[in-house]
Amino acid sequence: MKRPSTFLYSVLSFGFAFLYIPIFVVMTYSFNDSRLATVWGGFSTRWYSALLDNDQILDAALLSLQVALISATVATVLGTLAGLALNRMGKFRGRTVFTGMIAAPLVMPEVITGLSLLLLFVSLQELTGWPASRGANTITIAHITFSMAYVAVIVQSRLAGMDNSLEEAAMDLGGRPFAVTRDITLPLIAPAMASGWLLAFTLSLDDLVIASFTSGAGASTLPMVIFSKVKLGVTPEVNALATLVIALVAIGVAVAGWLMFRQQRLDSPAAK
Amino acid sequence: MTTLANPGKRDRLWRSCVIALPYIWLLLFFLAPFAIVLKISFADPVVAQPPFTPFFDWAAGSGSRILATLDNYAFLLEDNLYWVSYLKSIKIALVATLLCLLLGFPMAYAIALAPLPWRNLLLLLVILPFWTSFLLRVYAWMVMLGKQGLINNLLLSTGLIDEPLQMLYTDGAVYLGIVYTYVPFMILPLYATLEKLDPDIHEAAADLGAKPLRVFYDVTLPLAMPGIIAGSLLVFIPALGEYVIPALLGGLDSLMIGRTLYDEFFVNRDWPLASAVAIVLLLILILPIMLFQRLQQKADT
Repeated sequence: MKRPSTFLYSVLSFGFAFLYIPIFVVMTYSFNDSRLATVWGGFSTRWYSALLDNDQILDAALLSLQVALISATVATVLGTLAGLALNRMGKFRGRTVFTGMIAAPLVMPEVITGLSLLLLFVSLQELTGWPASRGANTITIAHITFSMAYVAVIVQSRLAGMDNSLEEAAMDLGGRPFAVTRDITLPLIAPAMASGWLLAFTLSLDDLVIASFTSGAGASTLPMVIFSKVKLGVTPEVNALATLVIALVAIGVAVAGWLMFRQQRLDSPAAK
Repeated sequence: MTTLANPGKRDRLWRSCVIALPYIWLLLFFLAPFAIVLKISFADPVVAQPPFTPFFDWAAGSGSRILATLDNYAFLLEDNLYWVSYLKSIKIALVATLLCLLLGFPMAYAIALAPLPWRNLLLLLVILPFWTSFLLRVYAWMVMLGKQGLINNLLLSTGLIDEPLQMLYTDGAVYLGIVYTYVPFMILPLYATLEKLDPDIHEAAADLGAKPLRVFYDVTLPLAMPGIIAGSLLVFIPALGEYVIPALLGGLDSLMIGRTLYDEFFVNRDWPLASAVAIVLLLILILPIMLFQRLQQKADT
């Protein structure tokens, strides 16, 4: 068996250093008492208190969470249906267009998605009066649209890797399609749906460009507020915010990793 | 026999719902918007009255440009700004993709060759930053590269330089930012192909007398080609339309087309011109996107 050479290991270590050093630097600076990045003014949590006192950031965080929760949930429903349509429903008219519409949002530049959705909302408003104003509602619709494609891809690859003998057996025994999907297919693809939801949630929380296009005057998501702050330069409060986000993600990944580990242990004896 | 794909008459409704709900959503919110962008990019005089009031109000001062059908596109051709933006975006995206490949290939190869229990942990370390905020990771480089940033501080304190280097707000910072945020997209597909390579092939080639470099060029590299292409497209396509990285790390001359489009829309408020910029960007991207879809479909079957 071939083993990685010293050269490969050096590049790997360099790569990880490259990926992680900036994150650790930001985390360290978030505890710096001094406003200037140059000077280490001693350990302090003052930027965290400042963050908690900043209503603009808190409001934006709440709006972002609300949009992310709703859009991830709807995207999981629609994306799961799309995954089922692609992998369990056989041929149907317009399948090629459908496949294209699922794959395209994954690689579409955000500026184009954002611009096109905004122009749609403006035209719809002219034609039908809806949406009366742009804000959380339009951002949510935009986020559902691009994240359902991610969910569909994840669910579809899970379905593709799973043989459908259980479902066919249930159908042969007289199960109705809806009941079979609900009782057999959905429990089997639940882990894929969960990862899809998490990905959709993260993508929504993270999105700046599409939200900037589709939002109206009043509503600012967290990335929009962060962007307007850091555009002017390094901001200690943003360092604190970044540290909190990274801590939350680390906890989330640890929990997800533990769940997956447990699931694997539950799965493996059954598989053998 | 009834199957999920071919249900009896009574159960057609469920099948129709599964297909129709996501289908209608995507038609309305993904496909229709493109038709509207296309239409507005040609904005003709018939539409000069409402239904596009907001856009015509803003464009009132330069109404003549919108009245003629192809004027937006003609303007794109005439004005150097757009040419420079498109070309510079392509150049930056290409070079950044190459840099991602140079860094990502050895990393993916090292992970694929690592002992089995380590692979998942190493992969997790590659994916982990992706789950933290993209915006905050780009911002982290502002902290690193600024005039009062970490790197300048270190260099100044060691006496290597006398005054801070201008690293932030340059093209170099844009390259760095793209490689930093997109290298995981290069590593993952590369790892997927490299992991499947049979190690015996290398041994066979070596036994037949090929030197290690020769084995790499003649055996490993061709076999890894699907991963190289998939990873390169996954970096190149989004990098070409990137907005955040040039806006935060780039200088005033780091004109990438995503940023030009954004400014055209938000600063100049010229919606038809922004639409034309978007359509041309889409035309540039259509080939790589179709190539990518072809690859995906091949991988699925």
